[in-house]
Amino acid sequence: MKLHVDWTACDGRGLCTELLPELLARDPWGYPVARDGTAEPAVAPHLRAHARRAVAQCPLLALRLVAR
Amino acid sequence: MTTSTTVPVRRPRPAPAGTGRLLGAGAPDLRTHLARHGAVPAAGPRLIAEIERSGLTGRGGAAFPAYRKLAAVAAGRRAVVIGNAAEGEPASAKDRTLLTHAPHLVLDGLALAAAAVGARRAYLYLPAALVGPLRAALAERRAARVDPVPVDLVEAPDTFVAGEESAVIARIEGRPALPRDKRVRPTESGAFGAPTLVQNVETLAHLALIARHGADWFRRVGTAAQPGTFLATVSGAVARPGVYEAAYGTPVAGVLDLAGGADQALRAVLVGGYHGAWLAGGQLGAGMDRDALRPLGASPGAGVLVALPWSACGLVETSAILDYLAGQSAGQCGPCLHGLPRLAAEFGLLARRDRHVERLAQRITALAPFLQGRGACHHPDGTVRLAGSALAAFADDVSAHLAGHCVAVGRPVAGRAVVAGWSR
Repeated sequence: MKLHVDWTACDGRGLCTELLPELLARDPWGYPVARDGTAEPAVAPHLRAHARRAVAQCPLLALRLVAR
Repeated sequence: MTTSTTVPVRRPRPAPAGTGRLLGAGAPDLRTHLARHGAVPAAGPRLIAEIERSGLTGRGGAAFPAYRKLAAVAAGRRAVVIGNAAEGEPASAKDRTLLTHAPHLVLDGLALAAAAVGARRAYLYLPAALVGPLRAALAERRAARVDPVPVDLVEAPDTFVAGEESAVIARIEGRPALPRDKRVRPTESGAFGAPTLVQNVETLAHLALIARHGADWFRRVGTAAQPGTFLATVSGAVARPGVYEAAYGTPVAGVLDLAGGADQALRAVLVGGYHGAWLAGGQLGAGMDRDALRPLGASPGAGVLVALPWSACGLVETSAILDYLAGQSAGQCGPCLHGLPRLAAEFGLLARRDRHVERLAQRITALAPFLQGRGACHHPDGTVRLAGSALAAFADDVSAHLAGHCVAVGRPVAGRAVVAGWSR
């Protein structure tokens, strides 16, 4: 399971970086950036609940969990 | 020359020999086209297997195997086919040259692709200046009843990202030509939710020739991995800038020779366009194909070559291109909206030999992770690639600039780009 950001929707509000600091940091402009350097960071099983919460809390619905 | 009133030539015509395949008809009208190439064969879905055997790759820049998109779209229902002639790349002129000189070869390809995937709608997405000529070409075809599917013309805006696949589909649907987040592939669900084939117009022209002359003919030139010819747009310090057709695998220097060769000593060549990479003067023996260019960090892209003379500064030229690319961000994605102007600004300091900023080259390199893979399209990725290739190809210039000098011979007007300005 991977985390996908819809960059056309993301406005850098930063909730995901607060809720999922294990995977996401903030770039110089406040947008989420994957700590592993990938475009779609893999979500380890123990972080799935946190990832789902981040997806649900994004005010712009820019975050998704994808299977690929 | 006398012209007969009976039009279509039903006899097969001889296959073009050598590498002059696409632009050789002599005149853009339907009669001349049919006299040169013969009638459009009735191929249907079996054309997809022939395209697979031909090894035809997309000529829009990504070099994706054409048959894979065809096969994926053919597997769905109510398909839509789009010929893409949006040529937002300022250093490229091959698509509009092709549509100007051989519109019927492109329209043949569009009709054949539509028949191959069972499409009921076909579109040609093209710059405003070509809408009139193509409307006339379509009228000729209606009168001669050569197209099985009607073709709608849709005007492409003159922006860098307008030709990106999801932007093309958005414009066909009547929305602004902006890239979209990819949830599903367009070949599954694209324009109006239908399986959609978006194919560059040069790819369609090759497809029309493969339908007539077969995969073996197509493979007679080019490399095994990238067969056939491509249209190259050659500009900069060459004797005769323009669009030329060459076989894949032709050395970069050989493609420059088609344009009369360098008209002064060359410092470097920009390969693949504004999202491409600089090759140093000593690397011009490399073949113009993906496998030969990959080790050099470059790719043929859409066939763009810009020759940089020793009298110009590669850093100044790159800086001008980065300024342009930053301005061409669609402004949708934060990293691109904020990151490209930052990248262009930092690079501008280097180009202008600003010595007050510490570790300038490192600061530019450090921006890459904040841009790569972080957008709905590859505009940030391509822009980062260009900046990185300039730092590598012009490493001596970087050192000189950081010391307040410039290695460009003859020192053009300080900070003024010459080559980047020639292409548009």
